[in-house]
Amino acid sequence: MRALDVEYMWDLVPVLLGYVPLTLFMALIGMFFALILASLMAVERVFRVPVLDIFVRLFISFFRGTPLLVQLFLFYYGLPQVLAFLTTINGVTATIMGLTLHFSAYMAESIRAAILGVDRSQWEASQAVGMTQTQMMGHIILPQATRVAAPTLVNYFIDMIKGTSLAFTLGVTELMGATQKEAAGSFLYFEAFLVVAAIYWIMVEALSFAQRHLETYLNKAYAR
Amino acid sequence: MTSKAAISIKGLNKSFGDTSVLKDISLDIAPGERVVVIGPSGTGKSTLLRCLNYLDRPDSGTIRVGDLTVESAKASRSDILALRRRTSFVFQNYALFANKTARENITQALITVKGQSKQGAATRADEILRETGLIDKADSYPAALSGGQQQRVGIGRAMALDADLMLFDEPTSALDPEWVGEVLDLMRRVAEKHQTMLIVTHEMQFAREIADRIIFMSDGQIVEQGPPEQLLENPQDPRTKAFLWRVSKVAVDPY
Repeated sequence: MRALDVEYMWDLVPVLLGYVPLTLFMALIGMFFALILASLMAVERVFRVPVLDIFVRLFISFFRGTPLLVQLFLFYYGLPQVLAFLTTINGVTATIMGLTLHFSAYMAESIRAAILGVDRSQWEASQAVGMTQTQMMGHIILPQATRVAAPTLVNYFIDMIKGTSLAFTLGVTELMGATQKEAAGSFLYFEAFLVVAAIYWIMVEALSFAQRHLETYLNKAYAR
Repeated sequence: MTSKAAISIKGLNKSFGDTSVLKDISLDIAPGERVVVIGPSGTGKSTLLRCLNYLDRPDSGTIRVGDLTVESAKASRSDILALRRRTSFVFQNYALFANKTARENITQALITVKGQSKQGAATRADEILRETGLIDKADSYPAALSGGQQQRVGIGRAMALDADLMLFDEPTSALDPEWVGEVLDLMRRVAEKHQTMLIVTHEMQFAREIADRIIFMSDGQIVEQGPPEQLLENPQDPRTKAFLWRVSKVAVDPY
């Protein structure tokens, strides 16, 4: 057993931190689009729009039923062979696409469950005062569902941050790819991956801290 | 908020599965009239109210509010919306918007449904909160209010809509006894404004005092109706007699 090269690890930290923005960029953009897509699908699933419902269920089934890595390879290596306009897709875009579609499928189900969990009295009161369905969803149901779904959605976001490391397999030099390159140069694999693990861990912990504040904020209407 | 529209209900039927809950109900209500519906549990009183604003869709029948006629066979989404916008509803379980403060519960529909300005809606809400004695709770969320306070906000929310018909579905049944009085007081105040009211309640004393007419319902039908003194003191139908005898017994000897 050899001693840890602590000095190497310290030197590696600023190098790898330089890749954190790209990781966060992919995760944030992915989360943004995934939330929109998931909310739309969740609302659709609640109201069961004819025909559309079949496609949404198929979509959710596929993206939950296959590994993220398989989906990423499908987008990046596979699809451009059949759809010519995709030949220029780069690894970052393909990763964001993959993360968006993959996680939107999971999130749609959580949001749907949260919507259905909103007490029946809230739907009836909205209808009784004469709101349209859109007004009811926008002002009463979705805000209340958000509170219920928030912890789960933050969980998916955490998963998504870590999922960006798969961009490495599409040739993107992001946090994981950069670590791999550094380690291959120094042969200090243990030190390098230990540092990158710590960076992911700290990012997620920071997010968990933010989550507690978010939940306090969302719960303010329910404090007795 | 003097109501001007007359209400006319014709041939209302509603079944849940094989159970017929409303059987051919017809009923006219004059503007400003206060009608109280009494009767045993499970006889369709609440369903009648819920059919009048389509929270439950009637299987057949026509509801007319002023110049608006909604026929269940061909009621479109916009018909239903129009009907709901001419009625207001007070729920047994209050059903306040849990994510909105007391004030917002009142302003919400004024802004989104009636298109009033935020400023105007807030002014109106504060008037109502003052009237209901809840102005100091304006910024409280429902979870922080007592049952009686929540129901007073619920009534305030309905008052603000200035509807042609206010529907009250057992507004005091879910309340602890100590809060019943304040809610009934507020309903008396609403009644003083010649608001048309249709009230389902088990508070017989209150019914006697506030009603222009009492309707006794049993098994999905209107069995008997008339002015309070007539219906309560000189009921004609044996079912009415039996029901009144039972509730009077409960009133004298609750245990």
